[in-house]
Amino acid sequence: MSHYAVEAEPDPAAPTAGDRVRFVLRGIGQTLITLGLVVLLFVVYEVYISNFFAHQRQVKVHNALENAWANGRDPLLGLPGSASVTIPLGVGIANLYIPRLGKDYAWTIVQGTSDADLNEGPGHYVETQLPGQTGNFAIAGHRVGKGEPFLNLDKLRPGDAVIVETKSTWYVYRVKGSIVDSDLGSTVPDGVPGREIVDPSDGSVIMPVPNHPGLAPTEKLMTMTTCHPKFTAEQRMVVHAVIDPTLTRPRTGDTKPAVIEALYSKVRV
Amino acid sequence: MYTWIWRNLPGGLALKTTQAALLIMAVCALLLFVVFPAVEPHLPISHVTVNGQ
Repeated sequence: MSHYAVEAEPDPAAPTAGDRVRFVLRGIGQTLITLGLVVLLFVVYEVYISNFFAHQRQVKVHNALENAWANGRDPLLGLPGSASVTIPLGVGIANLYIPRLGKDYAWTIVQGTSDADLNEGPGHYVETQLPGQTGNFAIAGHRVGKGEPFLNLDKLRPGDAVIVETKSTWYVYRVKGSIVDSDLGSTVPDGVPGREIVDPSDGSVIMPVPNHPGLAPTEKLMTMTTCHPKFTAEQRMVVHAVIDPTLTRPRTGDTKPAVIEALYSKVRV
Repeated sequence: MYTWIWRNLPGGLALKTTQAALLIMAVCALLLFVVFPAVEPHLPISHVTVNGQ
């Protein structure tokens, strides 16, 4: 007993081996706790802060589009020929409404799908068709953070309305798949499913006829892509919709036509 | 680290607490408004397009 006491005794102020071990362990512990708090703070950033700033940018883009429309300018007609390449990147081109996702679900779609474009709102793949054109109007949007326009894209069911408002026209697209048995994977009748999960490298989902390279389009389709599963980039969730020609209406003012407003009360539960 | 900071803050308990709170807020603001926005584009969660666009 005294043997140990003698070893610890000599100078109480001098750090012992035990002190050094404790110092190192405490340092590691504090570092780990700090890193944990930083990760938590990142979640706060992702869920609140990034959305806050994204909504501010979205409001700007939306107001710019409304102003352009009010002044008789249609960004979709950027230059003669109406080729999509002439529309400036990051500029609002159309408004998107999805009754299934709520009465207040409204986004201004911007031109382009770069990080900068997608920070403003859902972005239009520049090489794809424009709203209402034969082929495929394809857009991408964030699933988590940055306003998360496509957070609930997985909630869409076959037949759900996806409304696109341009300066001249209201278009209504219907999510594809089998309405009868609520099967989003059904590829009847044209080989295009309502929803599919694909590899990020699979660019064929935004082709004029999705998944059918080289085939000439006959339908007016719309495609939405986002990341899947949430918080990862492993895959992409892709939702296809086809135009409902009976609901195409000219846009004459700021209010939705009655038939389009009625879609909100027709959302199947 | 935290012990060292606390020991080196001048003033009494109240002053030290205030300074510590300010330090924490400064670090949070730096992370939220500078570091995270810079880091985020390199994280997988912001990749939503197909075909590597």
